[in-house]
Amino acid sequence: MPTNQPIIRFQDVVKKFGPTTVLDGLNFDVARGERVTLIGPSGSGKTTILRLLMTLEELTDGYIYVDGEPLTHEERNGRRVARRPKDVSKIRRRIGMVFQQFNLFPNMRVIENVIEAPVHVLGKSKDEAREEGYRLLDQVGLKHRAEHHPLQLSGGQQQRVAIARALAMSPEILLLDEVTSALDPELVGDVLAVLREVAENTDISMLIVTHEMQFARDVSHSVMMFDGGKVVESGHPDKIFTNPDHERTKTFLQAIL
Amino acid sequence: MRDFIDAFVSAAPQLWEGTVTTLILSLGGAALAVVIACVLGLAAISRFVVVRTIVRIIVEFFRGTSLVVQMFFLFFVFPMWGIEWDPYTTGIVALGLNYGAYGSEVVRGSLNAVPKGQWETTTALSMSWPLKIRRVIWPQAWALMLPGFNNLLIMLIKGSALAGFIFLQDLTFVTEQLRRTLDTFTAFGLGLVIYFVISLACSYLLRWMELRAQRRLGLKETKTPRTDKALAGGGTA
Repeated sequence: MPTNQPIIRFQDVVKKFGPTTVLDGLNFDVARGERVTLIGPSGSGKTTILRLLMTLEELTDGYIYVDGEPLTHEERNGRRVARRPKDVSKIRRRIGMVFQQFNLFPNMRVIENVIEAPVHVLGKSKDEAREEGYRLLDQVGLKHRAEHHPLQLSGGQQQRVAIARALAMSPEILLLDEVTSALDPELVGDVLAVLREVAENTDISMLIVTHEMQFARDVSHSVMMFDGGKVVESGHPDKIFTNPDHERTKTFLQAIL
Repeated sequence: MRDFIDAFVSAAPQLWEGTVTTLILSLGGAALAVVIACVLGLAAISRFVVVRTIVRIIVEFFRGTSLVVQMFFLFFVFPMWGIEWDPYTTGIVALGLNYGAYGSEVVRGSLNAVPKGQWETTTALSMSWPLKIRRVIWPQAWALMLPGFNNLLIMLIKGSALAGFIFLQDLTFVTEQLRRTLDTFTAFGLGLVIYFVISLACSYLLRWMELRAQRRLGLKETKTPRTDKALAGGGTA
């Protein structure tokens, strides 16, 4: 059911940690199927944006809409009110996230990590979830590791399992939070290859925070440059990476490339 | 020597009964303490302030008042309010409440010690609170709880000696009595040895449970996974 509705909309989003304002009246849209990379200096709030969407942090003010539906707060009679946890979790189910630190569950084998939520949250049958789980592990090149403990795997392998685990929930939105930052350099390639394949073969909308600029350039439809809690500029990756409008973007890219 | 053996043989039934009483109190108290510790420990991390405050009050009360006085209170005051328990029940309840309060802090601390990333991932996978606790957080916290529980269990076993105050003839009571028939050194020496053996056995049991829990988390050597076989057979749980 294609709609023109943005899959993600941030509207006047404010996020403060104590006295520090991290996001200051942030507005942006992400279209369905769009892959957007967030760049900017550390502390500019990129990760906070992902965490707000995943409901790991609470909004200080403003609204986030997922496919037109308010995520945690809605406007009712001109007042901003929190939504019921039940409603929040219904929308949250459409979002998946992969973390910098993989966070595989150490008390479960690899395949169990992947099928845990599909079975117990989505209510799939064990057989169905397992079959799908093996398919996903195969896709990330780790079917032969299905019965291993997470800690027997390398960091890169753990991260690929984490990707499979997130995909097993069939998310419409996938949040990638510096997924290669904790990896040894030689393991980064495999993880990015898996993500490239996911990007090519699915229409999952993605919000990506990464320092891998070549990857960002290859897979994303647009790039948003953040600083001081606001979008400095956004546009096609070719444009942003080669010929940005803003001085701030230029200096940032020079510093990291 | 002959006299000693005779005296010991004649004392053996008493010693055995005392040991059994101590074991009943200890195991009963420990079972109740674990239940109380788990309930209070989980409630202590509730997102509702009211629940957390109530838990705080309960824990501070039972930790902060003497176990003997609690036992006396249950045994002498409760009957005035029409609640009358036999000495065993009273002893077990007093031990369970007191050590359960201590234990709840072990549980709370262990739950909080499970890495934040694990909690966040359960949220990212939309797991409900009971589900995330049961399937992800508790199994990891459990391995962290056991060393603390081990300590408390041994303290509880020795704490059960206070049951003598409510007329239970536990191991301590019996050794005190035996001082009259055996000599003082032998009587108390036997007491020390029996307590030590019980504590050592419990300690080893919990240490074994701890190792098993760690192994399940992949923190200790595991058996070689059955990858090939499991895959050939379509995978087993």
